[in-house]
Amino acid sequence: MSALVRLVDVSKSYRDAAALHPTNLSIDRGKITVLIGPSGCGKSTLLRLIIGLIKPDSGSIKFDGEPITPDNIDVLRHRIGYVIQEGGLFPHLTSRANVLLMARHIAKSQKEMQRRLLELCELTRFSNQLLPRYPVELSGGQRQRVSLMRALMLSPELLLLDEPLGALDPLVRASLQKDLKEIFARLRQTVLFVTHDLAEAIYFGNEIVLMNEGRIVQKGSVTDLREKPADPFVSEFINAQRGVVLT
Amino acid sequence: MSSMVGRDHSSLAVARARRARPSILLLLFLIPVAVVVSASANPIVIGSKKFTESYVLGEIARRTLTDAGIPAEHREGMGGTIILWQALRGGQIDAYPEYTGTIAQEIFKTDRELSLEEIRNALGKLDVGMTIPLGFNNTYALVMRPTEAQRLGVRTITDLRKFPELKIGLTHEFLDRRDGWRPLRERYALPQQNVIGIDHALGYSALANGSIDVKDAYSTDAKIEQNDLIALEDDLHFFPKYEAVFLFRSSMRADAIAALRRLEGTLDEKRMIQLNAEAERTKNYTRAANLYFERGTGSTHVIGESFPHKLARWTFRHLQLVGFSLLLSVVAGIPLGIVASRGGVIGHGILGFAGVVQTIPSLALLALLVPLPFFGISARTAIAALFLYGLLPIVRNTATGLQDIPRPLRESAIALGLSPISRLCEIYLPMASRSILSGIKTSAVINIGTATLAALIGAGGLGEPILSGLNLNDHVTILQGAIPAAVLALFVQWFFDLLDRVLIPKGLRL
Repeated sequence: MSALVRLVDVSKSYRDAAALHPTNLSIDRGKITVLIGPSGCGKSTLLRLIIGLIKPDSGSIKFDGEPITPDNIDVLRHRIGYVIQEGGLFPHLTSRANVLLMARHIAKSQKEMQRRLLELCELTRFSNQLLPRYPVELSGGQRQRVSLMRALMLSPELLLLDEPLGALDPLVRASLQKDLKEIFARLRQTVLFVTHDLAEAIYFGNEIVLMNEGRIVQKGSVTDLREKPADPFVSEFINAQRGVVLT
Repeated sequence: MSSMVGRDHSSLAVARARRARPSILLLLFLIPVAVVVSASANPIVIGSKKFTESYVLGEIARRTLTDAGIPAEHREGMGGTIILWQALRGGQIDAYPEYTGTIAQEIFKTDRELSLEEIRNALGKLDVGMTIPLGFNNTYALVMRPTEAQRLGVRTITDLRKFPELKIGLTHEFLDRRDGWRPLRERYALPQQNVIGIDHALGYSALANGSIDVKDAYSTDAKIEQNDLIALEDDLHFFPKYEAVFLFRSSMRADAIAALRRLEGTLDEKRMIQLNAEAERTKNYTRAANLYFERGTGSTHVIGESFPHKLARWTFRHLQLVGFSLLLSVVAGIPLGIVASRGGVIGHGILGFAGVVQTIPSLALLALLVPLPFFGISARTAIAALFLYGLLPIVRNTATGLQDIPRPLRESAIALGLSPISRLCEIYLPMASRSILSGIKTSAVINIGTATLAALIGAGGLGEPILSGLNLNDHVTILQGAIPAAVLALFVQWFFDLLDRVLIPKGLRL
């Protein structure tokens, strides 16, 4: 199975502080890769590099074998879905307009958009009655469902999720976790999922990438991390969240 | 004060106002057309300075030309000597009443008293003609309350030396003139330190209530008689002669020059005081000017324009000034605000420039624009000044509105793959719409107030009654401009609140 995204020696610093040391990483097609680590470890930086919100200081990022450049980034973005913790929905647009925004721009037909919209409502368990509502009229969980619909609208090859459930209360979070997992399975979606919660990482991840201080410390299954820690930090991180993991 | 323009023009203005009434919304934005149309006629333009006598002489000249079958209009109260002179040289006006002493002192900047011949020759080189004196000498005088003068025993200007505690209030022009306060004080060695600048008409009130003790006046000023004031004798013969004449462009049509010439030697001081008194009593310069003609030709009485007509004309003009300048401010301000929101040298430069413009007093900004080519004494100048004033709130609110968009939303728009133009037009600007609209509203409300100053350079509007009321010291006339201006500001506020509901996306108002 080939890698959809390949980072080679990618690094990024802000002023003098390195946010990401030279890093290599492949994201395999059809897999859910979870980036995990304490805050400030560089996991969001990595995501933002892939979607082109920031430019790497060195190294190259290839998407589907093609290096990401300023010239092709806008086209590549149509093949990548991106969901952030706050949802990132535009407050002046209805849920429907938020979801259809990009599709309208690349001139999809009304009929096709409507069909896809209803399909996504069904997929994300979002009532289509709520489509005319503005983001402020929705609950946090509903907002994230709309945000996910927007990210999936153009059937992207890659879905980037930056702590998408971080701001939700535990019950809503649990039900969305379950729905998300089902959705990913149904779509055989390639996902790069950022979280700081080990339980969530284990719940979703085929592949867990543990990061600390701008470096990837270990990559593997949860069993690998637990039984063959590459570094004392790995055990420390896992033990710190053990209570959660065991229950 | 009833006829800034002839009846033809005023009825045109009213007709325009009527047409506009149903759609004031449109009016605000369709104004440029009307401005251009009204500027296209080509009559002889008479200017006048901002005091009663000059208004009356201007009206007399207009009427004389009109009676001779020459289309003419009168721009009253345009400002002081330099503004009128610049306007004459620049061709914005064709003629205006002036005084020989002022020509020597202010225009040719000499302290020597020039003969009529010398003045005529010097003007001729500048392609400006001068009539023979009209017949009266309106020199400066210092006036006091007679009771006070008697109590102190002051009869001549020299006598003032003995009373350094007297408070002196002078018009701004007199304070700065070469034949004004400074040389006068030197010649007479006057000791008074308490000297303030005050508007001419307000000065009479100040004199009456004792806020000041001495003020400057014109010797034909009807107020001297009306207020029973005493003029101090110029015992050292400081003030030069101020013979009233008309200055005109040498290129003015010959029949118009001939018509103006017929006024030579026809107005003595007594007659002029009468006309001035009539003007101040009736607040109607046309009527006062007509008094001049009644002597010879009998009754050709012009009916004054009714108040509702005047109000419609002022208000419409005011809306023209504010609407057109606001339109320009919006068209220029939003793009500038977008650039400014990106920061950097250019962004800070734009905000800095708009901020500096705002700190220039509006009167000074008008005065700075008047001498520039293309501007001069016209509505154009007023609109340009209002445009510059309106810029800052719009630029700043556009910039802050855009900068206040949270980073996650900004990045979401980028991550979706929207083009920069779509991001701006479909995401950023709608999200900043509340802030931008409130900037436009601020601009509009401020400009309704500032536009009253446009009357100072003859651009009309609701400042017209305010200015002539100030000039006549007549509160009712001032209120005729001040109240409609305040109502207009309220109306505009309300109009924009309504606009908010139409233009700000619903999702941002929930």
